[in-house]
Amino acid sequence: MNDKKQVVSLLVDNNAGVLARISSLFARKGFNIDSLTVSATDDESVSRITITTSGEEHVLRQILSQTEKLWEVRCVVPLEPETSIQRELLLVKVKADEAMRHHVREAADIYKASVVDLSVDSMVVELTGKPSKIDGFLAVIGQYEVLELCRTGVTALQRGADVLGREGDA
Amino acid sequence: MRMNGAEVIAHVLAEQGVDTVFGYPGGSVLHIYDALYQHKAEITHYLTAHEQGAAHAADGYARATGKTGVVIATSGPGATNLVTGIATAYMDSVPMVAITGNVSSGLLGKDSFQEVYTMGITMPITKHNYTVQRAEDIAGVLREAFRIAGSGRKGPVLVDITKDATINECDYTPEKAFVEEKLPFTDDEEIWEILRYIGRSRRPLVCFGGGVIASEAGDVLYELLHKMQIPAVHTLMATGVLGWDDPLNLGLVGMHGSYSANKAISEADLVLAIGFRFSDRVALDTQRFAPAADIVQIDIDPSEVGKNVRIKHAVVGDIHQILSRLLPMLESASHTPWLDEIAAWKKEDYAPKSTADRLRPHQIMEIVGEKAGDDAIFATDVGQHQMWAAQYCRRTKPRSFLTSGGLGTMGYGYGAALGAQVGQPHRTVVHITGDGSFHMNLNECCTAVSYNLPVITVIFNNCVLGMVRQWQHSFYGDRFSQTTLDRKTDYVKMAEAFGAKGYRATTPAQLADAMDKALAAGGPVWIECVLDRDEMVSPMIPSGGTVDDIIFY
Repeated sequence: MNDKKQVVSLLVDNNAGVLARISSLFARKGFNIDSLTVSATDDESVSRITITTSGEEHVLRQILSQTEKLWEVRCVVPLEPETSIQRELLLVKVKADEAMRHHVREAADIYKASVVDLSVDSMVVELTGKPSKIDGFLAVIGQYEVLELCRTGVTALQRGADVLGREGDA
Repeated sequence: MRMNGAEVIAHVLAEQGVDTVFGYPGGSVLHIYDALYQHKAEITHYLTAHEQGAAHAADGYARATGKTGVVIATSGPGATNLVTGIATAYMDSVPMVAITGNVSSGLLGKDSFQEVYTMGITMPITKHNYTVQRAEDIAGVLREAFRIAGSGRKGPVLVDITKDATINECDYTPEKAFVEEKLPFTDDEEIWEILRYIGRSRRPLVCFGGGVIASEAGDVLYELLHKMQIPAVHTLMATGVLGWDDPLNLGLVGMHGSYSANKAISEADLVLAIGFRFSDRVALDTQRFAPAADIVQIDIDPSEVGKNVRIKHAVVGDIHQILSRLLPMLESASHTPWLDEIAAWKKEDYAPKSTADRLRPHQIMEIVGEKAGDDAIFATDVGQHQMWAAQYCRRTKPRSFLTSGGLGTMGYGYGAALGAQVGQPHRTVVHITGDGSFHMNLNECCTAVSYNLPVITVIFNNCVLGMVRQWQHSFYGDRFSQTTLDRKTDYVKMAEAFGAKGYRATTPAQLADAMDKALAAGGPVWIECVLDRDEMVSPMIPSGGTVDDIIFY
């Protein structure tokens, strides 16, 4: 098994059910979805979906070609870490009484995370960054008692002047 | 022109060249049926016994004619009854437009009477599907549906239309019918690469599938094979593309393909796969499929490239266009040593023995094939009879062997045969079925009688679910769990009760006689053929095996 993680960016028609089409395809073909984000774009008829998936090389090729076949998918582009900006947002609620607060705070500062909520015995920390940075921070914060957490999943753009769906024939 | 949505549907159907639709009315499609009533001069509607039969009929019509089949059903159970038929068409890339009604938009999502989320149900079994809630969107969506169904890799498209959209008025402006424009293939780099592979090969083999029929590429494939003296094997879906007596045609390949065809795959040094998707019934073990060969693939669908087996080179595009470009660039060749080797394997092929006092499967097919003639269309159900039909039907034309290859739908055959007969009224249509499959949808006999469609149904009655039983015999120690039917159905009486004719045959002479009567009948006929329950489909390569694991019964 030589599984590779792959971020894929899709431009899709902003129609009801388009997300169901994509998730249904992934489910029935047995493709992994590690994370998925959907958002509006500068064109209101188009939505942007960013999927983090994983699989062997030939599986990843299938994922791209099968997704491309969906009628409402306008373009599918694999994004590589070197040539794209990939970001994720984390919210994590940690159990922290007065004595523990400064430990959490210290870890947050090192990662440039911010404390966005505080109660008598808990704190909520927010962090934005590459998925690997989020993983690193979670490993550190895992030493404390994490009450709950939420990650948005990866959202990504290509570096440079290239614009998805406007390179050549698309 | 101002008209209601239902009228728009009728106008777009007519505009797109649709003169035949299959379906079943109901509450949500009342307006659509009202419009069809008023347009019956342009569009003939065939009412079936069940929506599933209508879907299979639209499919059979499409396969037999190459046109896009159209089926109409109401909301809820009407739509769910189409599901098997749509999935059948999807798996075999058959162009179809399914129109379903749904409850009025204000009732959607409220668990209304006969409401079901048709779009969600049919999403994974259509090439694309739509929900339309506004009359003014109907024309555009329907035209798009015909475009999607009939272009590229073809397939079914479903359009779900709410009742209020069929009632409300909007403007309609006529447009031209969609006709797929096929551009010549011009990427010569890709062609040269194929030429290099063919040039290097001493033992080339063409493996072709249903894509050749979809692309209408049978003639150019024939020329290519004969110019290059390359032997060919085919999938179930491509039965009839090459004449059965063509010396280069090694016949059916895969689980129930011949020894020589499967042996050729295992010994070839080049496999040229054309419209051939390496399904698990053909590439039984994807790791050991054609182990000595470079595989070069030609397919219209880029997602088929390397999906199931590793390939060396792929050319994506319309098969007819690619082969037409390739053909003049090829220098004639001969592969005599390779063909001689294959000829020796052919001597080891399974050869069934005939008898005069009872019916054996190959005899049934030989008699039916001979009586029905080369021009006849065969539509099958699924199981042993389907494999016997493929092995012995001796078809010589594309679009004359209609079968559910991908989904393997028992109950497909009768509807498909009726659709084929409607689409090809001057040709003989024979429905080949088994007693298991036939009981699933034999209700469609009423449709055959109502429209006087002279479909001849040949029932292989072995009183068991033969194919499942064959597996139970081979792999489950003869534990015949739920496969012994022994039903008491009197097929002759039942055919007569429907208003058709029925005959029973237990010997070759009786079958020949019954076929003569059936061909003269001018209406639907059933012929029950009694055969032994221990007849097996031979040979067989078990799942995951290769030609080395072949079983002769």
